[in-house]
Amino acid sequence: MRTEDLIKALDADASSKAMPLRSAWWLAAAAAAVIAAVVFWLTIGPRPDIMIAMHTMRFLSKFVFTIVLAATAFALIRALSTPGASTGKAAAWMIAAPLLVLVAVVLELFAVPEADWGTRLVGSNMMICMGFIPLIGIGPLAIFLWMLRYGAPTRPVLAGTVAGLLAGGLAATFYAAHCFDDSPLFVATWYSIAIAVLAGLGALGGRLFVRW
Amino acid sequence: MTGKDEAELSRLLRAAIGGDERAYADFLHRTAALVRGFVRRKIVQGGVDPEDVVQETLLAIHVKRHTWRQDAPVLPWVYAIARFKLIDAFRRRGRRIEIEIDEIAETFAEPETETVSERDINRALDGLPPAQRSVVSAVSVEGRSIGETAAKFGISETAVRVSLHRGLAAIAKRFGRE
Repeated sequence: MRTEDLIKALDADASSKAMPLRSAWWLAAAAAAVIAAVVFWLTIGPRPDIMIAMHTMRFLSKFVFTIVLAATAFALIRALSTPGASTGKAAAWMIAAPLLVLVAVVLELFAVPEADWGTRLVGSNMMICMGFIPLIGIGPLAIFLWMLRYGAPTRPVLAGTVAGLLAGGLAATFYAAHCFDDSPLFVATWYSIAIAVLAGLGALGGRLFVRW
Repeated sequence: MTGKDEAELSRLLRAAIGGDERAYADFLHRTAALVRGFVRRKIVQGGVDPEDVVQETLLAIHVKRHTWRQDAPVLPWVYAIARFKLIDAFRRRGRRIEIEIDEIAETFAEPETETVSERDINRALDGLPPAQRSVVSAVSVEGRSIGETAAKFGISETAVRVSLHRGLAAIAKRFGRE
């Protein structure tokens, strides 16, 4: 087939429509949030003392970390799924969430006597944390990988990894409402591991499924 | 030159997405020439037929045109897809190529004409279900309109459009999967 002939076929198909990628990403984010919410409520749900906990800095700080992670990953993944879009700025913003956690960890180390560091870090929920963040995040991750297929990422493995971070940030936001361990020492350790699991799955998914 | 290409191509693609078929044909012809120039400059030691990469790029541009933001420049988008497809072509053929991103901004392309040989796209076309294959062939190789194709096979124009769209999407997907 000559290129001229191919152009005739493409031109004849000009009227076929697809939703603009930008709108599709917002729709996907909403669907992912709904799925995460449903899984969260059907499994663990929020902690009973959530109204009281909301008055503590440590509890609220968890949401700052996870929402910042999700928001920055969302900006980056939209750029990564668009060919030729500049990603530098969005990539640089990915440092925000880890940086906030780092600051909180340092403050915690000053606020808490050294003898308590160990118990704060180990907490009481680490196995639940490591199990439920990936569990809540796996549905959203599937949606985001599907979105990457709908888009056109020129770096599929990187885009898949960011899809995992986005799913992780979203899942951890819900999980944080359940968890009793509010210390930044706990969050920095176990949340990170759980989110890294999703990032790893995302990278694998990017490698295997995101072809175009 | 590049600035003029940019303004003209983004205008054409915007019009095409708005439903102007003539603008789309114009856009595809100009883009094919630009991509051909780019690809030929990048393929120095053979092994990859530039025209195969041109065709794969055009298909990808077509099935991924919803990823272009209408307020963003179109040339970086086109070249990013072309580069991706070029690297893909080399990867498939077990070769490696280094492409510097900076060079792309400076790429000027005079219209270049295609060379004719056995094409990857023919193999992809042969892999389609018979109904899709005959519709895609009728519209492309035989150059029939949607209406003529519908009359030839005794099916509705809608059915022709559906088969054409699915056929093209399947060919594009096959290139991605290989």
